[in-house]
Amino acid sequence: MGTNNTLVRIENLHKVFHRGSERIDVLRELNLEVPPGDFLALMGPSGSGKSTLLNLIAGLDRPTAGAVEVDGQRIDQLSESELARWRSSHIGFIFQLYNLLPVLTAERNVELPLLLAPLSRAQRKKHVQTALAVVGLADRAQHYPRQLSGGQEQRVAIARAIVADPTLLLCDEPTGDLDRKSEDEILSLLQALNREHGKTILMVTHDPHAAARARRTLYLNKGTLSTEPIE
Amino acid sequence: MRFWPLIWSALRRKRVRTFFTVLSILIAFLLFGYLAAVNMAFRLGVDVAGADRLVSMHRSGFGIMLPEAYQARIEATPGVVESAHGTWFGGIYQDPKNFFAQMAVQPEEYLELYPEFLLPEEQKQAWLADRTGAIAGRTIAEMYGWKVGDRIPLQATVWRKMDGSSTWEFNLVGIYDGTEKATDTTQFLFRYDYFEESRLFAKGMVGWYWIRVDDPGRADEVAQRIDALFANSFYETKTSTEKAFIQGFAKQIGDIGAIIGGILTAVFFTILLVAGNTMMQSVRERTAELAVLKTVGFSNGLVLGLVLVESLALAALGGALGLAAAWWAIGQGDPTGGALPIFFFPPKDVLLGLGIIAALGLATGILPAVQAMRLRVVDAVRRA
Repeated sequence: MGTNNTLVRIENLHKVFHRGSERIDVLRELNLEVPPGDFLALMGPSGSGKSTLLNLIAGLDRPTAGAVEVDGQRIDQLSESELARWRSSHIGFIFQLYNLLPVLTAERNVELPLLLAPLSRAQRKKHVQTALAVVGLADRAQHYPRQLSGGQEQRVAIARAIVADPTLLLCDEPTGDLDRKSEDEILSLLQALNREHGKTILMVTHDPHAAARARRTLYLNKGTLSTEPIE
Repeated sequence: MRFWPLIWSALRRKRVRTFFTVLSILIAFLLFGYLAAVNMAFRLGVDVAGADRLVSMHRSGFGIMLPEAYQARIEATPGVVESAHGTWFGGIYQDPKNFFAQMAVQPEEYLELYPEFLLPEEQKQAWLADRTGAIAGRTIAEMYGWKVGDRIPLQATVWRKMDGSSTWEFNLVGIYDGTEKATDTTQFLFRYDYFEESRLFAKGMVGWYWIRVDDPGRADEVAQRIDALFANSFYETKTSTEKAFIQGFAKQIGDIGAIIGGILTAVFFTILLVAGNTMMQSVRERTAELAVLKTVGFSNGLVLGLVLVESLALAALGGALGLAAAWWAIGQGDPTGGALPIFFFPPKDVLLGLGIIAALGLATGILPAVQAMRLRVVDAVRRA
């Protein structure tokens, strides 16, 4: 597995959940390849397994069967501590509800992934300022999340996701909690990160308007992927 | 240090809750420190009691005196190096509330037996030269503003003089210090020969004997030998090590150590629940935040460590403030105005306090820390 043209490769991925005695096959024999620099939107109805797939690619969950390879690394074979270390350098994750720490300023929130890197305080500060500048919030570094709008909070979350220069940006409904104007701003920002900074992005969304900003869209239904929208 | 802003911000998350938790820990450690000083005071220097010293008193207790003539027989006992006797005076200085130990002793013998009492040589010579001379410990001298050369009157409650009066006057010829903090510097000591010739009754009788033995390892054997000397006499003795004697004296009031231990156990158990509850709530409220930390790459071990350090910081903040407050309160002096002559914060209890702070921090943090460590990101994000 793993070629220069494939950043994410998933083979025969199977994920089963158990609810009491009931067995739920969320993902079935799923295969996917994502080349570097791609901006892929994953769409599908609720419960189709979009977020589960994202969590598996992020190394936040483990597959029941199959292989998940990111940048040539079989992450399904890593231990918990190896996965944590791997995430810190390879994954930038953007949540629907921003998930900023309310007691930290924007600057401190963005700094979080860098606390794990062998960087001095001055180096961390410089990286944080750059990331905040990229998302257009350099002047809000000392603001707390409660002092920011929803769109600004999500931009801080994006700055946090890109500050360590990860291999892959994973977005779980990044515009799901925003008004249309903020949604456009965020989608434009993600597009810019993809086009201008070469970031590979996987975005889970319900919204066709958001998916339209991606380079391509895949549809997940009943645990399998297709290029065609679900009827 | 790079993680400290994260820990500090977690403590500031619910400021009122943190404030009251710190306050409750502070009060617990203030109580701990203050009761440690009280406990030390009631132990009356057990920790500094001479291992080679015995105390011999009447088998029935202090109430019955012993013949002065026993001294020669005691000193002739194999294993005995030297002895001195003491007699309780129990007088009043100006006001009955002014309580301190007053004893008639043999100056030379007493000072030899108690090298931990530091008396300048010239003051010792002055005491030996003056039959009405007396010496006082530094604490009691400072308490009443005494200085060498002062005349100290004591009103006897028991010991009337030959002339029928109850007022005894002494020349203060010396002020002694202690070699250790726990040395009792609240005693007032005067000469037995003056006391003997002046008292109206009980001539030739003394309160008890202090005895030095040549080998502390054989102290019990020597004690039994002394008691055997006077067995079946009217004045049977009960001889024990000074340590056992002081412990026995303290237990006449009650087992203060056990009482204080019980109080502190209850207090710390309560604090354990209060601080533990604070930490549990704090971690539960931050489930989504902890999930974010794990998502960005914080390992399970690091998350466990962060919660434990947070818990330790909470305990350290309250505990250190509490110990400092206890230090200050104890420094204000004996709260009874003289009944607790040795009143200070024993260094070993300061260390014990620091140990309890660490134990409290770990005990209150371990459950939430393990909970945080085991938290699965996918579950946490779903719950949030």
